[in-house]
Amino acid sequence: MTGRHQANEAQKRKVALRNLAIVTSCVALLILLFIVSMNTGYIKLSPLDTLRILFGGGDDRENLILFDFRLPRIVLAILIGAGLAMSGCIIQGISQNALADPGLLGINAGAGLTVILYVLFCGANSFLSIFTLPFLALAGAGAAACIIYVLASQKGQAAAPLSLILTGVAVQAGISALTTVLAVKLDDSQFEFVAAWQAGSIWGSNWQFVLALLPWLLLLIPYVLMKARVLDILNLGDDIACSLGVAVRREQRGLLAAAVALAAACVAVSGGISFVGLVAPHLARRLAGPRHSILLPVCALAGAVLVSAADTLARASVQPTGIPTGIMVAIIGAPYFLYLLAKSK
Amino acid sequence: MQDCLAAKIEYGRSHRLQPVVSAKGGTPPKLNQTDKPNQAASAGKKGRGAAWLIIAAGPGLLALLMAFSITRGAASIPLSAVWDALVYFDAANTSHLIIVDLRLPRVIASALVGAAFAVAGAIMQGTTRNPMADSGLMGLNAGAGFALSICLAFFPELGYSKIIIFSFFGAALGAALVGGIASLRRGGATPMRLVLAGVAVSALLSALSQGIALCFNVARDILFWTVGGVAGSNWEQIRIMTPWILGALLGAIVISRSVSLLSLGEDVAKGLGLNTVIVNLLCFLLVLILAGASFAVVGAVGFVGLMIPHLARYLVGVDYRRIIPVSAILGAFLLVLADLGARSLNPPFETPLGALVALAGVPFFLYLARKYRRVL
Repeated sequence: MTGRHQANEAQKRKVALRNLAIVTSCVALLILLFIVSMNTGYIKLSPLDTLRILFGGGDDRENLILFDFRLPRIVLAILIGAGLAMSGCIIQGISQNALADPGLLGINAGAGLTVILYVLFCGANSFLSIFTLPFLALAGAGAAACIIYVLASQKGQAAAPLSLILTGVAVQAGISALTTVLAVKLDDSQFEFVAAWQAGSIWGSNWQFVLALLPWLLLLIPYVLMKARVLDILNLGDDIACSLGVAVRREQRGLLAAAVALAAACVAVSGGISFVGLVAPHLARRLAGPRHSILLPVCALAGAVLVSAADTLARASVQPTGIPTGIMVAIIGAPYFLYLLAKSK
Repeated sequence: MQDCLAAKIEYGRSHRLQPVVSAKGGTPPKLNQTDKPNQAASAGKKGRGAAWLIIAAGPGLLALLMAFSITRGAASIPLSAVWDALVYFDAANTSHLIIVDLRLPRVIASALVGAAFAVAGAIMQGTTRNPMADSGLMGLNAGAGFALSICLAFFPELGYSKIIIFSFFGAALGAALVGGIASLRRGGATPMRLVLAGVAVSALLSALSQGIALCFNVARDILFWTVGGVAGSNWEQIRIMTPWILGALLGAIVISRSVSLLSLGEDVAKGLGLNTVIVNLLCFLLVLILAGASFAVVGAVGFVGLMIPHLARYLVGVDYRRIIPVSAILGAFLLVLADLGARSLNPPFETPLGALVALAGVPFFLYLARKYRRVL
């Protein structure tokens, strides 16, 4: 009995070490990307220069480039990647649907519609918009998610994974058509704002956007991490979860709301970035296995790495404007979705 | 001969041939299934009547609608002026110029393109037995858009006749990618997999074309095709596009009998003596020509090819010899109407045509997704 106990302990220690190694390597990769990303851009800064500027040794121009342009953008990319990836992980977990993604479930499109309505009625430049946009995006995303869920579910049953996605695709097409119709009514500056937003260009490259996004993440991520065990159980299927004493409907609703809120807050700031919430959980599951207590943090890290890598690539690719990050993410993410589709039953 | 074929089709349906087919050749859609042969026969007769009515009266009504559409817009023009402009054209008269240079080409373009997209959708639905087939959903539009962005970025001086060829190849690329990926898995391509693969391939190809557009500073030129509209159509485009589209429409009507056979399932078609490989190839070619040529002129207008064939099937039954011509007429109607709406909703601005059609198409798509839930 003690032998088995010891073996168990050893096993646990091994797992803990492995998890530590995974997290450390992800963080190391992220830091590396962070440094590379700071050096990338229209104006070249060498790594040593970057360090010098970071510790207060730069002139005004260098300070401006690093602190006001590059750093907020990099920080935003990391936060958005983490948020979207966790949102995708939750949605995949509770729907037991490997192809689910906040973007594919119409959350991006719903948020986009409210953003365009807001710009249409209140203008693009008011200061308030930065802090009100996440709320509006949340309303839009929540509405879109509800519509899709209701349309996809059959009588008395939860929605089947594939029909959920199919409905999501259709509703998304409808909402973006509506967005296009509304976009005609915008004047030039409003249109530019919305077009940049839709392409996912992480347009809010200043600290205010980081501030607007941060409270959401600080509030929601601990909640989700607390629920990691519930997610593990929900992942076993509704019936088993119910018999294990989990209030399935209530927990599902709470977690889904958290996922939608996370994605909506990120999308409000980043614009149309999809496929992160799809790809990152898969990568993380390969690295860390199915346990959500380790899967969720690894997933957040993977998402952060993915978006900041895409952002760096996007900035490096075309000078001086750069390709919008969302396009870069789609170029990386869509083939992965196709791969998953080709593999799925 | 006609009656014989119709009887065969109805026999196949009434005796529930389809489940037998599905055991070997994927899942066929259930089209207007009828249980009793005599019911089927009467439905066939009724369908034939409706088909002749639409084919006989459709073109006339379409011409009337087109004439009405010409009179509406930012500048209102009386109907009599349209007749005058066509018969006694006067280059000094502004309304004559508006009619002949601006409105006539776009109305003709929308009719041609509507017919082309609808017939392309009908052929795709028939040959692949996939109720959700549409050139937009199957990646043809995104592929053509990708080819056009390459074309604009690297060969900006290309004439319209060559742009259309590029568009064909792009459409072929998109279709091949979607079809290939969806059927990679054992068990072949189900409609659901095709739609999902179509979404992802479209996302990938349009991201690539946007990237190319931004790299080479042609984003403004591309935007026109991604939104979809007939506002920019001119006589030169129509001159180049018309032979392709009319030729392909004729080809579709000629081949429609074989499409009917294919819609019963590959095995049945083979058993009835059809060379399925050649017919499939011809159908694919026709779809590429129809979708490619239309995309090159109006850009991404989806859902026409999804909605119209279903409507046609509802009206005239399951025989593609009727569905294809009726789809052409109904598709032309739909796009002329949509273009009229695009111009008159918010004058003097244009509402994007593709978005308007999509707004009608999405509920239809959802309806189909629910209706065919079992076979998806």
